[in-house]
Amino acid sequence: MKILVPLKRVADPDNANKVKVNAGKLETTGLEWKPNPFDEYAVETALRLTENGANPKARVGEVVVVTFGPKETETTLRGSLATGADRAIRVDATDDQLDGDIVARALKAIAEKEKPDLILCGKQAVDGDSNQVGQLVAEYLGWPQATFAGSITSEDDKSLLVVREVDGGTISLRVTLPAVITVDLRIVAPKSVKSKHTADSHAYPDGVRFAALMAIMAAKKKPLVEMKLADLVSDAAAKIKYTGFELPPARKAGIKVKTVAELVQKLKSEAKAL
Amino acid sequence: MSNILVIAELHDGHVRKSTHSAITFAKQTALPFSILVLGQGAKAAAAEVTGYGAAKVIVVDDAYLANQVAERFAPTIADVAKKGGFDIVAVTASSFGKDVAPRVAAKLGAGYAPDIRGVKADGGKLTYQRPVFAGNAFATVELVTPVQVVSVRQSEFTAAEQSGGASPVEDAALAAKDPAADRVEFVALGEAKSERPDLGEAKVIVSGGRALKEKFAEVLDPLAGLLGAAVGASRAACDAGYAPAELQVGQTGRVVAPKLYFAIGISGAIQHLAGMKGSKTIVAINKDPDAPIFQVADYGLVADLFTAVPELVTELKKG
Repeated sequence: MKILVPLKRVADPDNANKVKVNAGKLETTGLEWKPNPFDEYAVETALRLTENGANPKARVGEVVVVTFGPKETETTLRGSLATGADRAIRVDATDDQLDGDIVARALKAIAEKEKPDLILCGKQAVDGDSNQVGQLVAEYLGWPQATFAGSITSEDDKSLLVVREVDGGTISLRVTLPAVITVDLRIVAPKSVKSKHTADSHAYPDGVRFAALMAIMAAKKKPLVEMKLADLVSDAAAKIKYTGFELPPARKAGIKVKTVAELVQKLKSEAKAL
Repeated sequence: MSNILVIAELHDGHVRKSTHSAITFAKQTALPFSILVLGQGAKAAAAEVTGYGAAKVIVVDDAYLANQVAERFAPTIADVAKKGGFDIVAVTASSFGKDVAPRVAAKLGAGYAPDIRGVKADGGKLTYQRPVFAGNAFATVELVTPVQVVSVRQSEFTAAEQSGGASPVEDAALAAKDPAADRVEFVALGEAKSERPDLGEAKVIVSGGRALKEKFAEVLDPLAGLLGAAVGASRAACDAGYAPAELQVGQTGRVVAPKLYFAIGISGAIQHLAGMKGSKTIVAINKDPDAPIFQVADYGLVADLFTAVPELVTELKKG
């Protein structure tokens, strides 16, 4: 199976409360760039689908990672190559040239060249929280989608069984390849993803794999090509414009109560919440 | 002249309460709107939304739409929007809305404003506000396309109440089938059976964190039962398997804003706060006095939850 995984770097989500707004502009100064966590889950999922879990060093398939950004975003790609992805593509662009729709249309053009069996995306990037690229690229390609995947089982070469996490429970879908899948948090649990090469009994360590030092060195030699946005999307006009930012109003500081009785009394008489 | 098409979501033959948030969005713009009720059993359910001031209630009732598969719904939504001259398509940002809205936008060549928390009508032009960076900033966005698709955050648009009148109901046809739909097979719905209210609709939510361990339900159920509350959970509690995934409250789970929110044994990670900061009154019970959750709590109690929660139940029962 050949899998295309789009990656985005985001300002450190563990410090998202440190974003600033200056004259209507958003500033993430001082926040380290990190791969979008959901995209890291997508890479891990792609690796699990293209290997036998008992022998992950022998690849049985190909994982191609792609990002959109300036030269420095190659760091994000190299990180994924070090954990096991086979090849990388960087589409040269700056953030202000892009919106989710342009990224989706460019991914469509890349998919038409690369002909992957599957595009695996994070369900959302944790900076913009838009939750759209996977669905958009699926529609542009005319492919089926399975969003918010909590588990994926490869039954044969032609289809995947996906359990989606939805409001109030789950929906199981069987998608015929080629398809687009977006992954949710639980996809990196030990038994969430199973390739047809992996034994049913196999359990992965929880979470994403880390790169060994040797692999980080080796990743520098893996193929990484650059593409031009204009070669992929002829009309690269954004459909959404971000015209301003503001900080949410701060919640006023609360109080500490000493006892459960005091809590109940405050909820009744002060907050009138009971 | 703008005209809004609100997409109603069906569940068990009824219009989901979450749809009322998308109706509220339409009303806030003061633009004319119609409601599209589509799904199996839509005809019977349509009567539930004729009293909200919509110009029309459009019905597509077909067994083809029995299950929520985006590739089955998107063509008909786009087709009804196109034929009816609607230039704004609005849906609540439920898991259904988030799944289908981008496909509809792509079909219509429309810009998409996801998960908005507010709308302003500015001389016929709409601008939207949406949370970014886990709700740590609000962005103002404009869509430059003539046709627009928006999904609205349920917790930020108070469910519309009946406003009287009787919108005329008309039938519309299922659109030509999307070839992609033939490559998705609906296998099963795994619905969590619960007597409790839905997280998106509950007035009170009792949420627990990893600290509850295997006693998650044992400790929280009596309190939730007594208050008629929904039960929520932190990501850590879900990841550890103490609570099912559908209970997760946060940036990437459900976003809620009840009247009263109990955070029990929840430290208050950024991504959890993103899902509940809009609650009217927040109570935190945690034994760590430095837990970040206390920074957003109106009432904080530093205590061992295993004794404090049963004590709270006893105290509440006193009336």
